[in-house]
Amino acid sequence: MAGLWYALASLGAFALVSGLILAIAQKVFYVDGDPMVDKIDALLPQTQCGQCGYPGCKPYANAISSAEAEVNHCVPGGERTMLQIADLMGVEPKAVEEEAAAPRLAFVREDECIGCTLCIKACPVDAIIGAPKQYHTVIADHCTGCELCVEPCPVDCIDMVTKPELLEHWSWPLPDTKRSQLAHERREQHAGHI
Amino acid sequence: MTEFALILLSSVLVNNFVLTKFLGICPFLGTSSKVETAVGMSFAVMFVMTLASTASWLVQQYVLIPLDLLYLQTIFFILIIASLVQFIEMMIHKTSPVLYQGLGIFLPLITTNCAVLGVAILNVQQDQTFLTSALYGAGAAMGFALVLVLFAGLRERIEISPVPAAFKGSPLALITAGMMSLAFMGFSGLVKV
Repeated sequence: MAGLWYALASLGAFALVSGLILAIAQKVFYVDGDPMVDKIDALLPQTQCGQCGYPGCKPYANAISSAEAEVNHCVPGGERTMLQIADLMGVEPKAVEEEAAAPRLAFVREDECIGCTLCIKACPVDAIIGAPKQYHTVIADHCTGCELCVEPCPVDCIDMVTKPELLEHWSWPLPDTKRSQLAHERREQHAGHI
Repeated sequence: MTEFALILLSSVLVNNFVLTKFLGICPFLGTSSKVETAVGMSFAVMFVMTLASTASWLVQQYVLIPLDLLYLQTIFFILIIASLVQFIEMMIHKTSPVLYQGLGIFLPLITTNCAVLGVAILNVQQDQTFLTSALYGAGAAMGFALVLVLFAGLRERIEISPVPAAFKGSPLALITAGMMSLAFMGFSGLVKV
């Protein structure tokens, strides 16, 4: 029985000492991160999808803060994130890239799905459900349209489709008159300021 | 004195950890695409290996053997290595951010570098003294560094030469590593340990 106590005490003491040394080292070797990077990083959606052309959200935040990158490359974040970042950085807001701006959605053609789970592993937001050798499907509400699942699929059964518009977001199409367009622009501007 | 020289020679060339014992292959292939990162990685591994082998020797002699806790050897050694690597990571982050960026994920992965644990365990198995165990650790680390930097140099040259598409990248890197291993077998007649 004594052996057990020795083991517990010695391992505990050793772990405590190394923990203390590391805690002191953390204070001594403290690195001031750029506070701006952390603030931008907090605004980004943290899906690490890489659609901005950077390997993750943190590197993109780094690039924005050093003014290497524009504020409008974050597709999952959409316009709202872009406005917040532009506001934080004090630069002109820029529209999120046209092609990517249309909300996209992954769709699994179930007849062709072989149930390999590769797309499930690739999904950064866990929006694909399924089990080995069972059909997979995409939870439309959770999908950010990052396209990361398209590449790993061995049978190419994942399509990117345009997100169906929800009933509560739908509005009448604009009448094609000068007056209505002006009113629409004014509303858009107003919404941008909020 | 000859004994020390022999230990150093044997651990650097004859019993090279990477090419004859095949330990630590992951960082060997992962950080060898540029000479610069290879050198940085070498220094980090050298530091960790030397300190880890001496620290683990001390723990073995003054904690594990007196308390009869040899069954805790692996967990103690891993604890030592993990805290050393954490310490070095903080130090490099502070002193050389560029190197920190270059090493990336491979720096924390030294923790699970089997070569480091391998040196610590082989040390206590071979009943080394304090001085020889430190030397053995340093020698093994130098061997690792030598091979890593040589390999990085080779890979930099391969990168700019015309290579058949089927061999591009990893295949040729693995073949090169195999050939280096064959070449290092030539040292086995040098020292008998």
